[in-house]
Amino acid sequence: MFIINCPYCGERDQSEFSCGGEAHIERPKQPTELSDDQWAEYLFMRKNIKGIQFERWNHAHGCRKWFNVVRDTSNDKIHAVYKMGERPPLK
Amino acid sequence: MSKSLRINKNNFIDQTIRVSFKFNGQKLFGFKGDTLASALLANDIHLVGRSFKYHRPRGIMTCGSEEPNAIIQIGNDPSSTEPNVRATEIELYEGLESFSQNCWPSVNFDIGGINNFLSPLLPAGFYYKTFMWPASFWEKYEFFIRHSAGLGKSPTKPDTDLYDHQYAHCDVLVIGGGISGILSAKLAAEKGLNTILIDDKNCLGGSTIYQEDDCFKINNEYSNKWLKKEIDNLKNYPNLLIKKRTSVAAFHGYNYLLAKENLTDHLGINERKNKIRQRLWKIRAKKVVIATGSIERPLIFNNNDRPGILLNSSIKKYIDFFGVKSGNEISLFTNNDSTYETAISLNKSGVKVNTIIDIRENSNSTLVKKVQKIGINILWSHTIVNTNGYKRIKSINVQKLSADGENVVGKKIKINCDCLGMSGGWTPMVHLFTQSGGKLKFKDENYIFIPDINKSPSDQISVGSCNGIFELDDLITNTIKNIKIFLDLDKTIYDNLNVICSKETEKRNIWLLPSDKPLSKTKPFLDFQNDSTAKDVKLALREGFKSIEHVKRYTTTGMGTDQGKLSNMHALGIIADTTGTNMGDLGTTTFRPPFTPLTFGSIVGRNVGEFFDHIRKTAIHDWHVENNAKFENVGQWKRAWYFPKNNETMFQAVQRESKAARDNAGILDASTLGKIDIQGTDASEFLNRVYTNAWSKLAIGKCRYGLMLNEDGMVYDDGVTTRLGENHYIMTTTTGGAANVLSKLEDYLQTEWPELDVYLTTVTDQYSTISICGPRSKNIVKKIIPDLDLSDANFPHMSFKNSKIDNVNCRVMRISFTGEHSYEINIQSNYAKDVWIKCMDAGKEFNITPYGTETMHLLRAEKGFIITGQDTDGTLTPSDLQMDWIIGKKKYDFIGKRSLYRSDTIRDDRKQLVGLLTEDPLEVLEEGAQLVEDINKKPIEMLGHVTSSYFSPNLKKSIALAVVRGGKKMKGKKLIVPMENKNINVTITDTVFYDKENKRLNA
Ligand SMILES: [Zn+2]
Repeated sequence: MFIINCPYCGERDQSEFSCGGEAHIERPKQPTELSDDQWAEYLFMRKNIKGIQFERWNHAHGCRKWFNVVRDTSNDKIHAVYKMGERPPLK
Repeated sequence: MSKSLRINKNNFIDQTIRVSFKFNGQKLFGFKGDTLASALLANDIHLVGRSFKYHRPRGIMTCGSEEPNAIIQIGNDPSSTEPNVRATEIELYEGLESFSQNCWPSVNFDIGGINNFLSPLLPAGFYYKTFMWPASFWEKYEFFIRHSAGLGKSPTKPDTDLYDHQYAHCDVLVIGGGISGILSAKLAAEKGLNTILIDDKNCLGGSTIYQEDDCFKINNEYSNKWLKKEIDNLKNYPNLLIKKRTSVAAFHGYNYLLAKENLTDHLGINERKNKIRQRLWKIRAKKVVIATGSIERPLIFNNNDRPGILLNSSIKKYIDFFGVKSGNEISLFTNNDSTYETAISLNKSGVKVNTIIDIRENSNSTLVKKVQKIGINILWSHTIVNTNGYKRIKSINVQKLSADGENVVGKKIKINCDCLGMSGGWTPMVHLFTQSGGKLKFKDENYIFIPDINKSPSDQISVGSCNGIFELDDLITNTIKNIKIFLDLDKTIYDNLNVICSKETEKRNIWLLPSDKPLSKTKPFLDFQNDSTAKDVKLALREGFKSIEHVKRYTTTGMGTDQGKLSNMHALGIIADTTGTNMGDLGTTTFRPPFTPLTFGSIVGRNVGEFFDHIRKTAIHDWHVENNAKFENVGQWKRAWYFPKNNETMFQAVQRESKAARDNAGILDASTLGKIDIQGTDASEFLNRVYTNAWSKLAIGKCRYGLMLNEDGMVYDDGVTTRLGENHYIMTTTTGGAANVLSKLEDYLQTEWPELDVYLTTVTDQYSTISICGPRSKNIVKKIIPDLDLSDANFPHMSFKNSKIDNVNCRVMRISFTGEHSYEINIQSNYAKDVWIKCMDAGKEFNITPYGTETMHLLRAEKGFIITGQDTDGTLTPSDLQMDWIIGKKKYDFIGKRSLYRSDTIRDDRKQLVGLLTEDPLEVLEEGAQLVEDINKKPIEMLGHVTSSYFSPNLKKSIALAVVRGGKKMKGKKLIVPMENKNINVTITDTVFYDKENKRLNA
């Protein structure tokens, strides 16, 4: 169980948060323009990296804000936390 | 009666307080401070159980949590009896009742012992090879396995004890109260850090606290005397919390640890009343010091499992700490110096040590010299080739080792003894380190795995013998040096300690000791609890198993309740030797939590019974209870299910309620439906994007049904949303979906559409909803809200009015989930029960009938309305539900729209929602039943399944909804529902069974 530093509330126990999967997958602005394959790429394809992964997290039992987390999935070390819409820190 | 093996000297046992206890029905005595194991040994009882597979007699072997043999059932009360307790860990209390496990009819005469003679038939993988085939025999095998291999009995009644959970936060957590842990805790406390020290015993100091020998001195005092003073001094630190009888079960990431504290297990039964039995500590530490020490290894030789064979360090603890001699004539077998401490202790207490068998060629350490001076016979370069004695060791056969250690040479010597000690060296307890994510490295000179500091999670350190440092002086120096760096200390009170100790110079390690007989004729046990021998490991290797994880499972080595603490290393060593691999390359098996078993009670704590989960009740709940409602759980909600009158069955009640709702009036507590208040200048646009249909043109004061999809196009939730104002809507969701729908909407608003000016507030608990339906509903509402014009012209179906009931504001919607003329009154929850009663009173003359969720489900099924989650399962599109009408074709986009014409979603052989009528109108289908067309085709092709099924009292026949492959085009087709003892003929129909023209909405 790790500790996440919510950008709005500060450090809280992992049990207060829920993970929303891979970050920076933007919903296409014009879905109707997309082929089945392109839409499927958005809809289904997610990376599952062993190592540094960019993830969305929600402070579900707190401020309910969504934000991004850079987490090493091999040891749960969190390298960065940043708000939605902010630029991801360089690797 | 056997004679007592208690000696009179002692420091730790209070020999003035006698404690009586029972073992297998026999009344015995021990003293306060004894463990069950030490008390049994004091009564000269070694034989305590039978082994798992061969039912060989087994005795107490250790004095700690690694005990593989003395596994005991405690107590015989059906609610508190506890199986699989280690006698070495149970503190003796007045009236303790204990029983051997895994033996029948008794530990002295055991039927299963016959397996010992059948052992050639029970090799490694025996269970897998024999019992797996043919599958149909499994039930018979299982009966025998369960009977002969049971490890204890579970309690048959609910646990009546109290358990607790507690959170703790600290700067430093020190695990282990041995000398390294004491030094670490003291240094941390001295610096003013908020420190917790945890030890699983009732006495701090580890093995040093009874190490009274002039070979080991600190600042010119015996090591035990010096340490005692340090421990006594700990109470002067208010920032140091000491938790004894507490064992760390799990070490998770970010220094989050679980520890179980035993609070009453050592007390007499009468002293336990109303006290918390165990507390699970949930500790978040800034820094963790692991000082878990090491445990002694056995040696692997022929028949090394007889009662009376113990680890040498355990013999030492029993004599020095408990004042119990493990035998009257003891032989010690070893490959290292620590055994000589045991010999000295025994000698000092007047116990005869007749021989020390040492596989090394010699040793000149201070300890060894002292033993030689005492005059104890030492056989260098010798090994034990066999032991004799069935229920207690009687003698050993000893022979000289060849130079390479692979064979024995020379004459066999027989030595009589009633107790044999063995020591194969020491294994650092690295379990918690690896649990936390640390990686190990192999230290060749000691044949041990130790923490690799380059692969250790941060903010933790391993000190002392769990770090692979065994000599007292090195151990103290290293601990202090490392803690200084770890805690950033400058000078410490321990900077100038003067430590002297005996140093071990000679080492020799042989994982599997040779015998004069071939391996196949011997029994060198590796895992004592699971009865796996070195032979089994070798067999597994011959059969092609290579990975240690596979060998472990195949041979069951290390899979007992001791989790391989004793002999995992030997198994690894034998694999390495046999396959010519380096042990370091082989790696160890994974150590998983818990380190020692946890009780279920400590895991659940107070979260039992009504505290197991949150219970949500509506504001009207008490009325339902008073009126005999039966409840069903919907998520955390208690919903009134039906209201039986007199002795009605559920079926009778639901039939009556359903008929009443259509004939006169029904009333339903719909308060659990999710309610989300939506406001903002972009509220309409937001609804356009989240629902499939169009919202911009919905007039203020009107209601609309909406269907919400996932991006994959599958139906997710549904409900009616009402436009309260230009920029103000109230959305209703399903009861179970409320929280998830809100989360999903918040997600889109925050991450995909932050430009939208929309605010979401859940108001599910703030408003209660009373739904009144039926042809006479209008009369009732008229009585309650006389000022409201209920004419169809003023208040048509799918519209809403602000109104007041006794000056309390309310919202009244004319919406219907039953197909009847209906009103939903939404009112502030604290008035809801009064308004409900008012409705009941007003409705009396109109025969108003309260109904529950079951009737609601039946009535909507008559109308073919879906329930998301019952008729849908996340694989159905609106089109699959025959609800194409709700898709806003002109809308550019909404959640899930693009998926509605993916190649997969436009297939016409998808499962689609249909109605079903049974050939026999009285036959009610089972929900979940399969639908097939051709019953003779093998394998039978499943076309779909029944999702909702009821007997309709209004239609006087059975109706059902189902999903069927390509069902849309199958209207009129006959299908079969095959059941256990009959096949039911059904016909596919339209989904709407009742009032297809919707005339009743305005009736
Ligand atoms: Zn927050």
